Amino acid sequence: MPLITYRDALNQALREEMHRDDRVFLMGEEVGVYNGAYKVSKGLLEEFGEMRVVDTPITELGFAGVGVGAAMVGLRPVVEFMTWNFALLALDQVVNAAAKMLYMSGGQFPMPIVFRGPNGAALQLSAQHSQAWESWLAHIPGLKVITPGTPYDAKGLLKSAIRDDNPVMVLEGEMLYNIKGEVPDEDYTIPLGKAELKREGDHCSIITSGKMVLVAMQVADTLAKEGIRIDVVDLRTIRPMDVEAITASVRKTNRAVVLEEGWEVCGIGAQVVDYIQRDCFDHLDAPVLRVHQADVPMPYAKAIEKAAKPDAAKTIAAVKKVMYIEA
Amino acid sequence: MSPKKKTDTDPALGKSLLHSMILQRRFEEKVAEAYALGKIGGFCHLYIGQEAVSTGIISLLRDDDYVLTTYRDHGQAIVRGMTPRSVMAELFGRIDGCSRGKGGSMHLFDRHVNFLGGHGIVGGHIPLATGVGFAIKYRGGDQVVVCFMGEAAVNNGAFHESLNMAGLWRLPVVYVIENNGYGMGTAVSRASSIKDMYKRGETYSIASTDVDGQDVWAVRDAMQDAIDRARKDYSPTLLEVRTYRYMGHSMSDAVSGTYRTKEELETYRKRDPINLLKAQLMAEKVIKDADVEAMEKEIAATVQDSWDFADASPEPPIEALYEDVLVETTT
Repeated sequence: MPLITYRDALNQALREEMHRDDRVFLMGEEVGVYNGAYKVSKGLLEEFGEMRVVDTPITELGFAGVGVGAAMVGLRPVVEFMTWNFALLALDQVVNAAAKMLYMSGGQFPMPIVFRGPNGAALQLSAQHSQAWESWLAHIPGLKVITPGTPYDAKGLLKSAIRDDNPVMVLEGEMLYNIKGEVPDEDYTIPLGKAELKREGDHCSIITSGKMVLVAMQVADTLAKEGIRIDVVDLRTIRPMDVEAITASVRKTNRAVVLEEGWEVCGIGAQVVDYIQRDCFDHLDAPVLRVHQADVPMPYAKAIEKAAKPDAAKTIAAVKKVMYIEA
Repeated sequence: MSPKKKTDTDPALGKSLLHSMILQRRFEEKVAEAYALGKIGGFCHLYIGQEAVSTGIISLLRDDDYVLTTYRDHGQAIVRGMTPRSVMAELFGRIDGCSRGKGGSMHLFDRHVNFLGGHGIVGGHIPLATGVGFAIKYRGGDQVVVCFMGEAAVNNGAFHESLNMAGLWRLPVVYVIENNGYGMGTAVSRASSIKDMYKRGETYSIASTDVDGQDVWAVRDAMQDAIDRARKDYSPTLLEVRTYRYMGHSMSDAVSGTYRTKEELETYRKRDPINLLKAQLMAEKVIKDADVEAMEKEIAATVQDSWDFADASPEPPIEALYEDVLVETTT
């Protein structure tokens, strides 16, 4: 099977879906002539032309709304945010328009739209360019939110997102674009709302998604050498979350650590813990712990930025804590 | 009133425009009654006084054109062809409402007549309308999309981002500013750094003009130019229509005495758009008093019927609470 980057996996998904359905078009800053700020849309302008690969002014609210309007009359826009940090400006269109349109129109106007872009921190991008947006978006009924963590998942999930007749938020990652993984050449999709077990074990569950999936797999592989067997539940979709996959894992292992990129308060992990305590209370042998970003805006300086982020060492410590093992 | 264009001199047209305006007026008066009785809840923004705008603009549209508007949407919905029954039932929050009771006054929608809402965030729908214009051009069509807004929305970021794209990409959108002098309780002179809102369009390379919104023929003339421009080569227009609302911003707002005087209201009533059209049609002998009386009687019956229909329609069942959050995917 071909070994390609996460970036190329997304590029393939976009290309295949734009061929498959000529209502699909891409819109965003630098997606065309520049080939994409992170080169995700490389070559697409040349192949599909400027009506289908649209370079926008730097006006997130405006072009997000243009996408929503086009979706109202049956086009299938893929709106790229250069990073999800800039999408804050567009949230009125995402939340008050896209998420609510079907409901408040009494079912008349579905929203077959995708909003996608890199989410969360990279390296030393500082406070305004480093936020993880999962929990803000996952809070909203009417949206779907996905967080592919591998190239295989990226292609399959993005294709499903584009085919989905609902607004789907795709949270990618700048730090993920270069990672390589096996991705089939042929057309395949991954259903939204289905988690995947990336590693199997019966001592402790790590529930995670997005950028943290690689970290969790590293942790599982490291701990395996010490005889500790970890179930890594990759959520893949944050909303609707695969609660069954979470609870099946925790009922098997009796212990859980949630590893997330965002901040603690009202973060995604808090929701995961709620599902666990509700459905697995009698199965738990320890409280559920969360590993997340420090409760601070992201700093610039190298060492303290590293200290702010969740990582393998912190996750291993949390696993050992819930297992009551000396660290 | 303006002299009518040759195409507009058909007496049937004048009568139908008058009928539409009176229907909107009487409907809204009935809505006010219903609100006072508690049959309508939440926010309710009446269109009374602005009927020449909705009628002048929408009467020129084709069935396959599109309309987007603000929360002050009842008049426009009715001109566009939504039945008084479906609108009143929506206001009453009943299942036979156009949005199945899920939207209410501010969120009237009807895809059968391409009425794309009914939106609650000031300026929020302007990018949507721009997107509809984009879709029309994407498909190579010659439809037009009308985007109504208040003059206060012109100061909003969404307006500027939208018009920039429409002007840059050349999109077939007619942006209609209903300048009724007040953004809620704030007079234009206290909210806007310029007096002539339409001049904003020029800065986005968009054909821009203003027109007397109490004169339905003048509104039609200006709108026809905009339609022709859009259908010909996707050129957008910014049309500022100067009008006035008789009621407060919403039913929660005083009619006068807080941010505007009773005298001001009475001055504007002297140029009531319905009276202006009626007087003209009478002078031209297109209608007589008896015709108007008959029209009013028929309209009163229509409006009462919509009330009765709405009152008899049930509220949505509890299952409806969870319906239409997401759709089952078909592709």
